[in-house]
Order: sequence, then structure tokens, then C-alpha cells
Amino acid sequence: MARLTPANEERARQLIALYPHHRSALIPILHILQGQDGYLSEDGMKHVGELLGLSAAEVRGTATFYDMFHVEPVGKYVVAVCTNIACMLQGAYELLEAAQDQLGIAPGGTTADGMFTLEDAECLALCGNAPCATVNWRFFGDLDPQRFAQLTEDLRAGRLDAEVPPHGTLSRVDRNVGLGAPGQSVHGAGGPPPPVDVAAAAGGPHDAGIELATSLTMTAVIAHEGGRGLDHTGTRTDAPGGTDSQDQR
Amino acid sequence: MSVTDAPRIVTRRLGTPRSWTLETYLADGGYQGLRKALTMTPEEIHEQVNTANILGRGGAGFEAGRKWGMLAKPTPVYLTINGDESEPATFKDHMLIEGDPHQLIEGALICAYAIGADQVFLFVRGEFPLGIERLQAALNEAYAYGAVGKDIFASGWSIDVVVHPGAGAYICGEETALLESLEGKRGYPRIKPPFFPAVVGLYGAPTIVNNVETVSNLPWVMLNGGDAFAALGEGRSKGTKLLALAGHVNRPGNYELEFAKVSFRDLIFDPSLGAGIRDGGELKAFIPGGASSPWLGPEHLDVLLANEKIAEVGTMAGSGSVVPMDHTTCMVRAAWRIVRFFHRESCGQCTPCREGGGWLEKILQRIENGQGRESDLDLLMDVCDNISPGVRWPPAQTTICVLGPSMPPPVASGIRMFRDEYLAHIRDGRCPFPPDRLPGKLASV
Ligand SMILES: Cc1cc2nc3c(=O)[nH]c(=O)nc-3n(C[C@H](O)[C@H](O)[C@H](O)COP(=O)(O)O)c2cc1C
Ligand code: SF4
Ligand code: FES
Repeated sequence: MARLTPANEERARQLIALYPHHRSALIPILHILQGQDGYLSEDGMKHVGELLGLSAAEVRGTATFYDMFHVEPVGKYVVAVCTNIACMLQGAYELLEAAQDQLGIAPGGTTADGMFTLEDAECLALCGNAPCATVNWRFFGDLDPQRFAQLTEDLRAGRLDAEVPPHGTLSRVDRNVGLGAPGQSVHGAGGPPPPVDVAAAAGGPHDAGIELATSLTMTAVIAHEGGRGLDHTGTRTDAPGGTDSQDQR
Repeated sequence: MSVTDAPRIVTRRLGTPRSWTLETYLADGGYQGLRKALTMTPEEIHEQVNTANILGRGGAGFEAGRKWGMLAKPTPVYLTINGDESEPATFKDHMLIEGDPHQLIEGALICAYAIGADQVFLFVRGEFPLGIERLQAALNEAYAYGAVGKDIFASGWSIDVVVHPGAGAYICGEETALLESLEGKRGYPRIKPPFFPAVVGLYGAPTIVNNVETVSNLPWVMLNGGDAFAALGEGRSKGTKLLALAGHVNRPGNYELEFAKVSFRDLIFDPSLGAGIRDGGELKAFIPGGASSPWLGPEHLDVLLANEKIAEVGTMAGSGSVVPMDHTTCMVRAAWRIVRFFHRESCGQCTPCREGGGWLEKILQRIENGQGRESDLDLLMDVCDNISPGVRWPPAQTTICVLGPSMPPPVASGIRMFRDEYLAHIRDGRCPFPPDRLPGKLASV
């Protein structure tokens, strides 16, 4: 499939300028490529290699070390169910079995309609809301088979489009300072940051998520249905007596 | 009441609306610690940090000040913040990155100034897109505010900070693997010596790697002084510690508690903390300090939460993750899941880790599935011994990093504490707990 679009190639060049050595930008650029196509295509990886002076094999060899990168197309939604210890203790394997039955695929598989890819994941650092899963790396805690069915139904119906961007999208906030001056950021030179309008910093094509209030609420709603009242960061939001888990006294 | 009235240092703003914005941060003294630091010399800051005796919060518990003192002098010098948090049942840095990114940035800047760094990299686990977005947005704000970039707060000191996403590999939390990954390579740990980051780190240059929670303490230390920090806790363990409590408790979550004043019993049972075992169950055992720590039983509930106190009973505080398991828990299955994790995440460079992990996983699986043999317990211990000779604590290391030696402790401590349970699996040809075997579709490794 595709090489980086001109806009994404520009983002890649800006990333390269941030690092003392070009190759350090490889993984951040691969995230941009995966955000563009949903996976890492051969042409795309070749293009990234050209930008960094690396062979396609070097790019691929690095990419395949990392679990987040897919070199084959995946479903629209990659659903990763954590089965690690804290989640297992709270029924993660029952959840994964239900997910398999509901979707009709085993971990690693993709549904025939290309909607879902299922993964048997390691700890997602959301253990206070076990068992949990991520969809395109957005968090959903306190799941059970029933809530999982609801989640996939909502995804199919497009009801979570605002919270769950297409697979591969990492950060919707780009760096907006110190760009466009190769080498300037190196060794502390910093370069005079161009004047930044903080209000404007919240806009722009990649900044849809700067507040992510919706995502937070949505995740929290799903968490709250479980009645355990921890939001997706593990912070208690509706604890008995109105305290939160940080408020120990 | 055993929970002390120590101030909350790193979690104080969490829960405030929009705690991740500059506005909220500034309203609560944000960047005052950095402003103060910039009026001091790097040596003076280093002294305060030595006085505070901040133990590294990433798992190894090495004093931050001592580490900074080991920095080799040739320039450039780099600072890398380790936000790769992927240790099973550890979810504290995740919360700090999402909930208070400015505190992390300010802490990193104070550290960078003290060690004379030329550039800062904030390495964040790739699976935390919300954290990455909030951290990048906060960094953009901090640049605009003049806290990062050129001539910070008109002090004449300049530095650049870069948010760097990982891409999914537990091993990249190990500091030398993290540096390889930051160089755009596969995350293979480097051999120490010579590759101690403080001497030969990023691009071969001296590099300090500190954990997110470690540096998040620095703004408070700057404002209140190293003495005030050291007044909390006891012995080597000063200040507060963020504990990630998960598993069979009524109130899982992150709790910031004064070091050495609170016991495991308090953490698990205090109504304001863990609030006891779910469904009124009984505590069978608990994982005291991350997946690689040897387990403890109810007889150890009164051990105080302090690195050296926990070490005294033959285990470790590690990353601060505590996982209580109730009486319905199958200890074979628990050990199997932890070993499976380490085996999956092994980078494959060292034979004992790569092969031994597979052996342990398969043997535990067949015991759990009722196909174990009498000789399997000895075989497990033998494999453990091959991974980490002597199967002692702290573990001996024959591998490049300590991921390999992380596998024997849960197996060996489980066998020591629950030998009868292992034997029952083998004798009865089935697991005594429901469901009585690993879920069918998942049993194949
Ligand atoms: C396999 C492995 C995984 C690790 N994962 C992390 C991690 O996710 N976060 C972290 O801060 N330290 C992790 N560490 C510890 C780091 O190597 C290093 O000691 C730490 O980042 C230093 O920071 P500190 O001194 O502030 O704790 C890991 C170590 C090993 C061996
Ligand atoms: S011990 Fe395991 S993870 Fe560590 S370097 Fe060796 S093979 Fe890799
Ligand atoms: S064990 Fe499942 S999120 Fe940590």
C-alpha cells in the first residue's frame, strides 16, 4: 500500500529534527505510518527507510520486535484483552473465552468482516479496573462478557468513534514548538520557540484529543457500570463516602 | 489508625478537575520548584536530593542522588525518563503521566539542570496514547510558558525535552534496552559492564535513566527541602511511595503512603485503603513487589512497607505493586501466568531465559491441566536453578538482564508455600479449583 502522504512525510521530517541521531525517530515515524494505513505496509516501511537512510530490512527487522506494530492488515478495531495476573484473578480468561465465542475468532484472528482483531494481551496498566481491555489502545475497564458484548456492539454501530480513533492512531497531539530547524533542539540549544498561542495549540488537525474529556467520561462510564468506581487511570471516582483512593485520611 | 497524616507528594493534584493542564498546575504552585532550582547551583540541588535519599521508584530502589554522582563527565549528557511501565499489576506511572504530566516535566527539568543534561527524552509506553497526548500537550504548554526551551525563566539555562513513544515490549523498561529502543533499534538489553547508562548510555554518551515517580518527587523536594522529605519514612526508605494495589481486594487502586509507617495488613485491610478481601474471602498469599518478587503469606502481613523491611523477609518492594490472592486462587495457575508473561517478553538473547522460560511454562501448564508427574516439582526447581543458580534471593544472574532471573521466584516461593497444592494437582490428575483447568482454548502454548 501507500507511502507516507506529503503531510505525514513532513511530520516525519520534523520528528527526525528532534533527535541527535536520525534513527531515533524510527519508532515515532512508524507510529505515524501505522496511523495512516492501520498497519505497516512494505511500501510505507521502504519510504521510512529512505527518510532515515535505512534499508527496508532494517526497518522491518526493528518493527517486528514490537508488539504494537502490525506488518499485515488488521481489523478496524484491535481489541486487546488483558489476561495477566491481576486481570486473571478477576476472571480475564472467562472474558477472553466469551470474546472468542462472541466474535468467532481466536486470539490473533480477525473477523471475516474485517471489523475486529482479537489479542490476548499482557498487563495494560489498568489493573485497578480488572478485567480490562483496550480497543485501538483506548481503555475499557471492569468488563464482563455482557459488557464486552455491549462494547463491540457500540463499536460496530460507530457510537464510540469519538473515543476510539482508527487503529494505529497514537497521539492526536503533535509537538508544536521547536520545529523546522534541524539540529536546533540538539544538545540544549533549544532554539527560540516560535511564539505560541496556547488557545491555538489546542486546535489543528492532530489536536482533536487535547482534552479528551469525552474519552475520559466514556471510559469512566464503562468502568462505573461495574460499580467499582475507578476511572481508567485507576483513580477512584465514586467511592463510598465520596472519598477517592488517593484520599486516605 | 495506622495510615499516617503525611502529605501526599506526587498524587496531590490527582482528582482535581483537568489536573493535567498548565492552568491547574500553576494554581497549585506549579513550576515554583523549578524556579527555585534555577536560583541554586547544580551541586546544591544534588545535595538536597542526597539528603532526601530518594530511592529509585522503578523497581531497583537505587538512590537517585548516588546514581547522579556516578555520571561520567564527557559531554553530551542525556536524561531519559522511564515511563515504560509494563510490570504486571503495576499501574502507578500510567496514572502520574495521565493525571499530572506537568509535575513529571518539572521534575525532569530539575533533574536535567542538576546533572547538566543536554537533552531530555520522556520515554512513554506506546500503549498509553492518552498519556502521550496529555504529556505532549503539557509540554507544548510548558514551552509556551517559558519553562522549557531557550533561556528558561530568563535564567540563561536552555534545554529541549522530547516525548518519545515506545511500541510495545516489556523488556524496553530495562534501562539499557530502553536506550537501544530510543536509538531506533530492537530492545535488546546491553551487557553491564561496560554499558552502565551513567557511563556509556544513549549514543554512547553518559545518560541518567530515572523512573517517572522518582523525578515526580523533585518539585516537592525543591520547594520543601530534602530534610522535609527525609523526615518522612525511616531508614533508607524516605518520603512516600505510590503503591499499586490490585487483585482480590475490595478497593483496588493506587495509594500514596508514607514509607515504613504502614504495613501490608493496613494496605490490604484498612477501610480507607484496600478494605479487605473481596466477598469476605480469606487472604491466601500476596505478591508483595511486582511479578518477579517471591510471594508472602498471611504471616507476613505486619511487615512494614519499606524497602529494607520487605527485603528482610526475603523478597522485595520492587515497583510497588501488591497483589493479594484469596482462598479460591490456584497457586499453580498464578505461577503459570506470571512465568508465561516473562517467557513471552524474553528478548531471546540468553539461553537460560529464552529456553528455561518455555520449560517452566510448559511444566506448570501440564500440572495445572492434570497431566503433571511426581518428578515435575524437582524438574521445576532444576530449571529454576539453571536460570538462576542456587534459586536464592536476591537471585543470582547468569543472563544479560534480570528478566530471566525474575521467573524462578514466583515458582520457587509457590512450591515452598503450597507444595501440597502442587502435589494434589498431580495426584488427583486435576486442578482442585474451578474452573479445574486452564481454559480449554488457551491451553496450548
Ligand atoms: C525487565 C525489566 C523491566 C523494567 N521495567 C521498568 C519500567 O517499566 N519502568 C521503570 O521505571 N523501570 C523499569 N525497570 C528498571 C530500570 O532498569 C531502571 O532501574 C529504572 O528505570 C531506573 O530508574 P530509578 O532509579 O528512578 O528507579 C525494569 C527493569 C527490568 C530488568
Ligand atoms: S535475560 Fe532474557 S530478556 Fe534479559 S537479555 Fe537475556 S534473554 Fe533478553
Ligand atoms: S494485569 Fe490486566 S491490566 Fe494489569
